[in-house]
Amino acid sequence: MIQALFGQLLLGLINGSFYALLSLGLAIIFGLLNIVNFAHGALYMVGAFAAWLMLDLLGVGYWPALLLSPLLVGLFGAFIERTMLRRLYALDNIYGLLLTFGLTLILEGLFHHQYGNSGKSYPVPEALQGGANLGFMFLPLYRAWVVVISLLVCFASWWVIERTKLGSYLRAGTENPRLLQAFGINVPLLFTLTYAFGVALAAFAGVMAAPIYQVTPQMGSHLIIVVFAVVVIGGMGSILGSIVTGVGLGLLEGLTKFIYPPASATVVFVVMALVLLFRPAGLFGREA
Amino acid sequence: MTSPPGIQEARAAARLGIITPGRKRVFFAAMALLGLALPYVVYPVFLMNVLCMALFASAFNLLLGYTGLLSFGHAAFLGSAAYVTGAVVKYWGLPTELGLLAGTAFATVLGLVIGSLAIRRAGIYFAMITLGFAQMIYFLVVQLPWSGGEDGLQGVPRGKLLGLVSLEGNFRMYFFVYAIFLLGFYVIYRTIHSPFGHVLRAIRENEPRALSLGYDVDRYKLVAFVISAGLAGLAGSTKALVLQFASLADVHWHRSGEVILMTLLGGMGTVMGPSVGALLVVAMDNYLAGLGDWVTVIVGSVFVVTVLAFRRGIVGEILRLARNFPF
Repeated sequence: MIQALFGQLLLGLINGSFYALLSLGLAIIFGLLNIVNFAHGALYMVGAFAAWLMLDLLGVGYWPALLLSPLLVGLFGAFIERTMLRRLYALDNIYGLLLTFGLTLILEGLFHHQYGNSGKSYPVPEALQGGANLGFMFLPLYRAWVVVISLLVCFASWWVIERTKLGSYLRAGTENPRLLQAFGINVPLLFTLTYAFGVALAAFAGVMAAPIYQVTPQMGSHLIIVVFAVVVIGGMGSILGSIVTGVGLGLLEGLTKFIYPPASATVVFVVMALVLLFRPAGLFGREA
Repeated sequence: MTSPPGIQEARAAARLGIITPGRKRVFFAAMALLGLALPYVVYPVFLMNVLCMALFASAFNLLLGYTGLLSFGHAAFLGSAAYVTGAVVKYWGLPTELGLLAGTAFATVLGLVIGSLAIRRAGIYFAMITLGFAQMIYFLVVQLPWSGGEDGLQGVPRGKLLGLVSLEGNFRMYFFVYAIFLLGFYVIYRTIHSPFGHVLRAIRENEPRALSLGYDVDRYKLVAFVISAGLAGLAGSTKALVLQFASLADVHWHRSGEVILMTLLGGMGTVMGPSVGALLVVAMDNYLAGLGDWVTVIVGSVFVVTVLAFRRGIVGEILRLARNFPF
């Protein structure tokens, strides 16, 4: 009983840290580019597949993949930004959402055609196999690692954005990109890097998810819809806010899975409805 | 949101005297006659599918094209109405007309609930909220014991019109569906061209200004949302009867994306655009079905190309051509 509860809570915590990583990337991209990146879930999936392919075809293991896969997806993101998204900045921001939606369909269709519905399993890296018995629950080492490292990456991103020079450019660009450009900063490059960084975070989450979940072409699509709900609940105004909201909702999902499993898929949307009723701007939101 | 490029063409065409009331009447009469003749040439079930999706897309366009609200969850209304109609006709044995009414009423009420929550946030958040609620509806449908899960709700009888005329034959069914389409299309057309529709357009062009002129913007948005949801439901209910089956695909977020594509491709903010887009997308789904996953890839590519280079849509482009070569 207790074992099951903590098992679900741990899984919730892991999901929550993925929500945090993804909503963080979405918030950074939206802040600067004013584009809601629907392809975020698909690129998370591509990140997981990239890791699996590297292992399957080239024998490249987990640790290099943890670095290489986000790098590759980041490059791909830079390509998307340079060739397509760039043309949409002057337009209404629904076009950005629609373009990235189209990209999602393309990516999912291609991977589904190549690899079908069946999931690919990815082995847990050797150094992180096994686990510790904490008395009230068994803690698999790999899952603990995922939670710790995701949160570390989240906080590192927060630190870079709030405390470094590069981050100050990003924040300035979010306020007023034209003024920043007038000061001699290469703003178009900043846009490219920001998009690349945001989707690299998604790919990073994808690699970490690979040993826990099966790698499938559809793994990103439900996730992105939940992450959208997380973003609505938390508001995109604050980075720490998205981290807290993401982790909190993941835990809530885990708890629901323990109490009443059928509701676990919808509980986030119920919370979204409640937040819209009582605090429409979002828990940490600034805009009305 | 500013006015979509398609509508700018429509406005210019009206200004230059390319679209006149007389020409409009001739055009719509010709279209209506064409609709009567088509089933003698083209497979009726395909046509009925197109009509349902055209009604769905036109209802969606009332929101996106005329009010400036991007709903990313319209499949929830289409699909849930299909399931409700399917269930009351199949399990309760209700007559066809009541089945349609039940599905439409359900979608209308669902539209009221989702709409009143979603309009509390503006812009891109509105899209994310509607997407979220639609996903919730999807999971509820999957979990319902009578919905048939992955297989969908099968074996929905078409019944008899007014208890007299059997609708089992595709030919009769076509004319019934055609009448429903014309009714729905007329409601949308009247809504767009009513004073109410003009306020909707004012909200799309400049919401703060509409607000400062004393219009209760949220109420207008909500009413538009509810009308749109109800008509999307009517389309879904009809579709369930046509195919005799309510499918999980009609509640899935892919369908919500597809209706956006139909509207965008045909020309958002134009009266005929969504129907043209529906014809193309349904034809694509139908004739390319053998390609399997490539259909998804093609739909995605059409999306990307349309957004990047073809934002006026087909009807918008035709109007632009007509402006350059006036007749």
